[in-house]
Amino acid sequence: MNEVPRFRRGFRFQWEPAQESYVLLYPEGMVKLNGSAGAILNQVDGQRTVADIVASLEQQFPDAGPLGKDVSEFLQDARHQHWIELS
Amino acid sequence: MSTTNPHNAGPPLWLLAELTYRCPLQCPYCSNPLDFAQTQQELTTEEWVSVLRQGRTMGAAQLGFSGGEPLVRQDLAELIAEARHLGYYTNLITSGLGLTEAKVDAFAEAGLDHIQVSFQASDPELNNAVAGSRKAFDQKLALARAVKEAGYPMVLNFVIHRHNIHQMNDIMDLCERLGADYVELATCQYYGWAFENREGLMPSKAQLVKAEQEVNRYRERLQQSGSAMKLIFVTPDYYEERPKACMNGWGNLFLTVAPDGTALPCHSARLLPIDFPNVRDMDLQNIWYDSPGFNHYRGDTWMPEPCRSCDEKEKDFGGCRCQAYLLTGKADNADPVCSKSSYHDRILAARKAADHATAGLTELVYRNADNSRLFFRG
Ligand code: SF4
Ligand code: SF4
Repeated sequence: MNEVPRFRRGFRFQWEPAQESYVLLYPEGMVKLNGSAGAILNQVDGQRTVADIVASLEQQFPDAGPLGKDVSEFLQDARHQHWIELS
Repeated sequence: MSTTNPHNAGPPLWLLAELTYRCPLQCPYCSNPLDFAQTQQELTTEEWVSVLRQGRTMGAAQLGFSGGEPLVRQDLAELIAEARHLGYYTNLITSGLGLTEAKVDAFAEAGLDHIQVSFQASDPELNNAVAGSRKAFDQKLALARAVKEAGYPMVLNFVIHRHNIHQMNDIMDLCERLGADYVELATCQYYGWAFENREGLMPSKAQLVKAEQEVNRYRERLQQSGSAMKLIFVTPDYYEERPKACMNGWGNLFLTVAPDGTALPCHSARLLPIDFPNVRDMDLQNIWYDSPGFNHYRGDTWMPEPCRSCDEKEKDFGGCRCQAYLLTGKADNADPVCSKSSYHDRILAARKAADHATAGLTELVYRNADNSRLFFRG
C-alpha cells in the first residue's frame, strides 16, 4: 500500500477521443483500457502511493464501497504485464 | 468533408509513414517494392505534416517512421516533433546506420517514444558482432547504450532466414547482454525482395522447429530469472495450414503512406493490380473511408470459393491478398497457405524446396537501384 506505481519506460497513458477511452501505448502496441482500468491508471503519476490512489478513487466513486483490494490486485496485474513498476 | 464509409470501417489507429525508399543497405529480404527506384518525388515536409495531422484527427495513435532508411530524411527531427505534439506514440524503425548519439538525443528532445534498431543479420557486421569481433560489437554496444541512456525502451529486431537461423541462441544472448526490452526475431515474410529470394531465404522445417525450441527454452529461462526482456518470434506462415488474419483485415486498422504519397492498406499492397489513391490528390478521410482502393477487400462479398462458404472467414478474412496474388496470379483467391486452397501445393513445393536448398548468400538478388531498374524495365 505504501508502494508507488509508475509507468515503465516507453509506456504512455492517454485519453483517445476517437476511441472514447484511455489507452496505454508502448512500442508498436496499444491496449484499450476499460473504464475502471483507465480510472486507476489515470491516478498513476510516479508520486502517489497505492494507498493515496485508493483513497482518491473512493472519494471519486463513493458508491463503489471499499476499493483497496480491487485496486491493488489490478496494479499487481499491471506490474506482471510489465506496464508499471512498483517501488 | 463528407464520407460514405460503405463498410462501416473503424478508424486507422496505426499510421506507417514510409518517408523514403532511399537506403544505404541492400537487404535481400527488403519489403520495399521491386521497382522502388522508379518512384518519383518524395512528399515534402509540409505534405508529411499534413498527413500526420489528418491521421491524428481520424484517430491514429501509433505512428511508425520507416522507409527505406528514415534517417536519410533531413527533416526527421522536425516530423518527430510535430508528431509528438499531435499526441502520437512515435516509433522510429531504423537500421541504425547513420544513427549517432547526437541524433539519438535530438530525437529524444523532439519527443520520440521508441527506436527499433534492426540488425541486418546477414551482413558481416552482425556476423562479427555475434562472433564477438571487437570493433563491430563495440559500435552496436555504444549505440544501444546511447539509446537506453536517452530513456528509450530498447527494441531490437532481427530478420531471421536460413543463413542465420542457427544463430538464435547467440542472437538472444547478445540482446540480453545489451539489456534489450523487446526482441523481435522475425523470419522473412515473402513479399517484395524476399519473394524473389525465397528459395535462398526460407528456412527448412527442421531448422524452424529447432529454432522454436531454442526460443521457448530461452523464454523459460528469462521468466525464471524475472527478466522483463520479451521475445517475439515470428514464424513464416508458409509452415501453417491456415493463413494469418493479414493486417487484422484490409483497411481496418493500418494505413501506410508510401514515400510518394500513395496510400496503402499494408506496406506491400503496392504490388497488387489495384489503383491506390495519393494523399496529394485526396484527403486522408476520403482515402480511408471512400476510395475504391481501400474498399476493395473490405467485407466479404468479394470472396470466391473456398472462402465464400467457409466458416473461418471471419477469423482470417481469407488471408493475405499479396500472397494470393504472388502465388496464384489472382488477388481475390484464398491465401494458398490455407490447406483448403487449390493452390496449396505451391506452398508445399516451397517447403520441399527449402529442405533441399543450396543457394548461398552470394546468389541472392540484393535490393539496390540497379537491380530495381531491372524489374521495372521488365
Ligand atoms: S530492409 Fe534493408 S534495404 Fe530494405 S529498407 Fe530496410 S534496411 Fe534498407
Ligand atoms: S478457405 Fe479462406 S476463409 Fe476459410 S480458412 Fe481458408 S483462407 Fe480462411
